[in-house]
Amino acid sequence: MAEWGEARKSSLLGKYTQRLSGPQKVTGQAKYTFDINRPGMLYGRILRSHIPRGTLTALDLSPAQQMPGVKAAIPLIEVGKEIRYEGQEIAAVAADTKDIAADAIRAIRFDYDPLDHVVDLGESMSESSPQIRDWENNQSDRQIDEKGDLQAGWTTADAVVEATYSTEVQVHTCLESHGHVAEWDGDQLTVWASTQAVFGTRRDFARHFELPEDKVRVITEHMGGGFGSKFGPGVEGQAAAKLAKETGQPVKLMLTRKGEQNTAGNRPSMVQHVKAGATKEGKLVAYEVSGYGTSGLGGGAGFTGPYVYQVPNYRTEKFNVAINAGSGRAFRAPRHPQGAFAMDSLMDELAEKIGMDSLEFRKLNDPNEIRHAEYDRGAEEIGWNRRQKVAGSAPGIQKRGIGVGSGQWGGGGGKGTKARVNINSDGTVEAVTGTQDLGTGIRTAIAIIVADELGLQPTDITVKIGDTLPGLPSGGSGGSQTTPSVAPVVKTAAMAAKESLINHLAEKVNVVADEVVIKEGSVTIGNNQLSWKEAASTLGMETISEEGSWDENLREGGAAGAQFAEVEVDTETGQVKLIKIVAVQDCGLIINRLATESQINGGVIGGIGYALLEDRIMDGQTGRSLNSNLIDYKVAGAQEIPEIRAIAHDTDRKVTGIGEPVTIPTAGAIANAVYNAIGVRVRSLPITPDKVLTALEEA
Amino acid sequence: MEKFSYINPARLEQVPGLLKDDWQSKVIAGGTDLLGEMKDYIESPKRLINLKSIPGLDQISADDGGLTIGAMATLTDITEHSEIQKNYTALAEAAGVVASPQIRNVGTLGGNLCQRPRCWYYRDPDTDCLKKGGNMCYALSGLNKYNAIFGGGPNYIVHPSDTAPALVALGAEVTILGAGGQRTIPLENFFILPTVANPYRENILEPNEIITQIHLPKPIANTTSFYIKLRERSSFDFALVSIAGVFQTQGKKCQDLSLILGGVAPAPWRSNEAEQVLRGQVISDDLGERAGKAAVKNADPMSDNAYKVTLTQNLVKRAAVMAVS
Repeated sequence: MAEWGEARKSSLLGKYTQRLSGPQKVTGQAKYTFDINRPGMLYGRILRSHIPRGTLTALDLSPAQQMPGVKAAIPLIEVGKEIRYEGQEIAAVAADTKDIAADAIRAIRFDYDPLDHVVDLGESMSESSPQIRDWENNQSDRQIDEKGDLQAGWTTADAVVEATYSTEVQVHTCLESHGHVAEWDGDQLTVWASTQAVFGTRRDFARHFELPEDKVRVITEHMGGGFGSKFGPGVEGQAAAKLAKETGQPVKLMLTRKGEQNTAGNRPSMVQHVKAGATKEGKLVAYEVSGYGTSGLGGGAGFTGPYVYQVPNYRTEKFNVAINAGSGRAFRAPRHPQGAFAMDSLMDELAEKIGMDSLEFRKLNDPNEIRHAEYDRGAEEIGWNRRQKVAGSAPGIQKRGIGVGSGQWGGGGGKGTKARVNINSDGTVEAVTGTQDLGTGIRTAIAIIVADELGLQPTDITVKIGDTLPGLPSGGSGGSQTTPSVAPVVKTAAMAAKESLINHLAEKVNVVADEVVIKEGSVTIGNNQLSWKEAASTLGMETISEEGSWDENLREGGAAGAQFAEVEVDTETGQVKLIKIVAVQDCGLIINRLATESQINGGVIGGIGYALLEDRIMDGQTGRSLNSNLIDYKVAGAQEIPEIRAIAHDTDRKVTGIGEPVTIPTAGAIANAVYNAIGVRVRSLPITPDKVLTALEEA
Repeated sequence: MEKFSYINPARLEQVPGLLKDDWQSKVIAGGTDLLGEMKDYIESPKRLINLKSIPGLDQISADDGGLTIGAMATLTDITEHSEIQKNYTALAEAAGVVASPQIRNVGTLGGNLCQRPRCWYYRDPDTDCLKKGGNMCYALSGLNKYNAIFGGGPNYIVHPSDTAPALVALGAEVTILGAGGQRTIPLENFFILPTVANPYRENILEPNEIITQIHLPKPIANTTSFYIKLRERSSFDFALVSIAGVFQTQGKKCQDLSLILGGVAPAPWRSNEAEQVLRGQVISDDLGERAGKAAVKNADPMSDNAYKVTLTQNLVKRAAVMAVS
C-alpha cells in the first residue's frame, strides 16, 4: 500500500508549478481540435431547425449536393419525424471550404407542419400547454424524499421562513465549441475530438459505426473547455465521421457559437418553494421543499436540498418540466449551485428571523468540521465583523454588504485508469495514460508526481495523454474525478519504474538494492554517484516500462468549501459591484498549488456569471433563444472579476478533486452579500439591475 | 454571408457614385457591426465600398472654429485625444466605454453613429421583424427588457450608440457627402424616430450618402461635460440607460445645459423636461430629484422595462448633482 506520507515533504508536491503546456498555449503552438488541419480535409456544417416544433414533411438535399465544392450532404432527421426544439439537426454537408459549407446548408430545402410549442416553464406546467413530452402535464414523476417527523418539526420551530427561489438556465459556453476532425483509413477511424473523455468517445464512435473499439482512435491533445458538456461524439461527431466516410476525405465539423449555445447542453433552471423552521437556539428542525426545473426536453433538472446543513425532519419533492429547448447536460457540479443558492439564502433568512449571526447559525447546523475551520478562516479574511449588523443600514446610495455560502462535493476518484511510466536508456522519462487535460492541469500534475518519485523536475517528464492509441484507458474527466483517479496509478507506476531501475543498477554492480539511492537528479550506489543520465544509460538496449495499479489509500473524497463575498450595491442603479471574494476550499493533498488556486479562481468566476450575469432567454412567440451569442449571453469579463482570494485549505488528507466544488458557494455568498448591503432580498438569479431596482421599489 | 464585391475607391468624391441609390451597397469602415450583420444575413449588400482605402478620413484637428473629427477616426483615437479629453470630455468618456478595447481599436466614429440596433428580434436571422420588412415588432408583444421607454412605435428599438448622445449634447454638426455634394447639419437632426411609413432607418442618410466628418463648436467657458453609462456587464455591453450631460455653470447655478439620454429611445433622446427644470437654477439634491422626475414624466414603458424609468430618473438626478459638485 503506497502512501503520500514521505512525499509530502517533497519539493514539488503542493508547490507552485507552472503548467507544462503554458508556453505552447500562449504562443499559439498548442493544437486544439479547432487547429487540426488534415491533407484534403473538408469542412462540415450542420443545418439546424429555426422552428421549435413541427413535423418534417419534406427534405431536399439536392440543391446543396449540386453546388460546386460540396462533396456530401446527409440527412440527420427522417421526414415524418417531429422537430422538437430550435437548433435540432436537420442535415449536414461537407464542402471544400467553410464558406461553401455555409452556403450549402442554406440551399437545402425543408418543409414542416408547425406544431404548438412551449418554452416557458410556468406555461409548460399549465393545463393549456401543448403536450410536448411523454410526461403528464409535461412534468416528470415526483422524486420524493422524507426523513424524520415533519409535523413534529414544525411544532418545535420558533421561526419559520417560506420563500421561493429560482435560478436561470446557464449555458456551458465552452470557448472551444464542440467538434471533431474525422478521418478514415479503410475501416480505421481516427478522430480528433474536443472531448473530456477520449475512451468514452472511442466507445461511442465504435458502437455507432459498429466497429471493434480497437479500430477507432480518439485524440485530444488540448481542448478548450467542456464543463461537463463534452462526454461523447454527439450528433455532430457522428455526422463528421459519416461525412468523412461518404467522401473518403477527412472532415472537420466544429459547432457554430449559435449551435453550441442552443444544443450542446446547459445547466437546468430551478424554481423551489421552500419552507423551513428553526428553534430560537439556532437549530434547524424542519424543511419542506417542492421544486422543479427545466432541462429542455431532457431530464436531469433538480437541486440539492436540504444541503450541507443537518435537518432532522424534512420532505422534498423534485421534478423536471419539459420545454421545447435543447437538453441540459452535466454542468460543473450538477444540481449543486441551484441547491446551494437557495439553501444559503434560506439559512440567511432564518438566522435573521431568530436574531442570530448568520455564520453562527450555520455552524450550529453544519456537521462538517473542515468547513467550520473554513468559516473561521474566510470570516477573518473577508472581515466578517465589518458586516452590517442590520442589513441595509449603511448610509448613502452605494451600500456595502458581506455574505457567505457553502458547498460540498465528492470527487474521490475511482478505479479504471491504466498508466505506464517508461525510463529510456537516454534518461528520458515518459508517463503515458489515457486521461485528457480539459484545461484543469492534469498533464502537469502527472509530471509532478513522476518527477517527485524519480527525483527529477516536472519538465524532465514527457506526459503522453489524450490519446486512445497506447491502449491505457482512463475515465472521463467529470465529477472532479480526474486527479484522484489518475494520481494513484501514476504514482504507483513511477514507484514501480523507480524500483526496476534500482534493481537493475543493483544487479549491474552487484550490491543489494538498499544501497542504490535515487534522489535529486542523481543516483548514488554505495560511494559512487552517477547522474540520472549516466544511470539510465546503463539500461543499454533495455527500457524500463512499468504499469501502476489502483491504490485506494492515495485518494479520498468529500471536499468542503465556503466562500465569502463583499459587494457594493448602487441603490439608484441596481448595479452590484463585487469588491472581493474569499474562497476557502478543502483541496485534500495538493499536487500543484498554482493549478489548484487557478481552479478555485475559475470556479469563482463561473459562479459570478451564474450569480449576476448569465441567463438563456427563450422567446415565447418564436420559441427561439434570443441570446445564443457572446454579446447577449453575458459571461463575466475581466471587469466583472474582483479580487479573488483563493485559499487552498490544506488538510491532512489525500488527493481529491476540486473542479466542481469551487463553483458551488459563490452565488449564495453574493446573494447574501447583496441582501446584507440593501436589506432587500433578491431570490432570483441572476441578480441584474432590473431585479435589484424592482426589489427595492417593492420593499 | 452572401457574396459581394469589394471596392476600394481612391478618392472620397467617388463614393456617392459607387454607392448608387438602390440600397444594395454599403460603405465599410471598421466593419465591427456590418460584418456581424452580414454573417447573420441581417444585411446582405451586393457591394461593399471600403473607406479605409481613402487617405485622410481619420484626421482629428482643432482650429478656431472648434474641433473636426474625420468619420474614420477610431474610437480609441478619440478616447486618447488630449484635446477631446480636456474640452469635450463627454465624447472621450463615451468613446472609451463602447464595446471592448479590441472593437474600439478598429471601430470608427462614423460607424458608431451609423450602427444598427441591437434589439434581439432584429438580430435574430430567422425573425422577420418590422425593422427588416416584416409586419410586426416582436418586442412589443415579447421580451422587451432592453427596448425603448421613449419615442417607440411602430418599432421599439433603442439607438445603441454611446458617442451619439455625447456628440448631440456637445452640439456637434455632421457633414454628409452625397451625389449632389456636401451638406452640414446639426447631428441632433441626423437621427430620426421610426414612422409607420419608414420604420427601417435610424438616420436621414440616403443610400448614396455617407458621413465624412463631425464638427464640434469651440468650448464655452465654465462648461463641463460627462457621459455616464449603466450596463449589466462593464467588460462589454450596450447601455441599459446612459446620459450625456453638458453643463455651463457658475458656482452651483446652472446657466445652460444639454441632457441627452441613450439606451431609452430609437434615437438619442434630449430630455427637454429635465433641462427646463435645471436651466437657470441653483442645483440642489432636491432640484436634481425634480429634474429626474420631470425626465420620466412622459415615459411609456413596456412589459419588462419599467426599471429603465427608475434608472433614467436616478441617472438624471445623478448627472445634475454631479455637474455642480
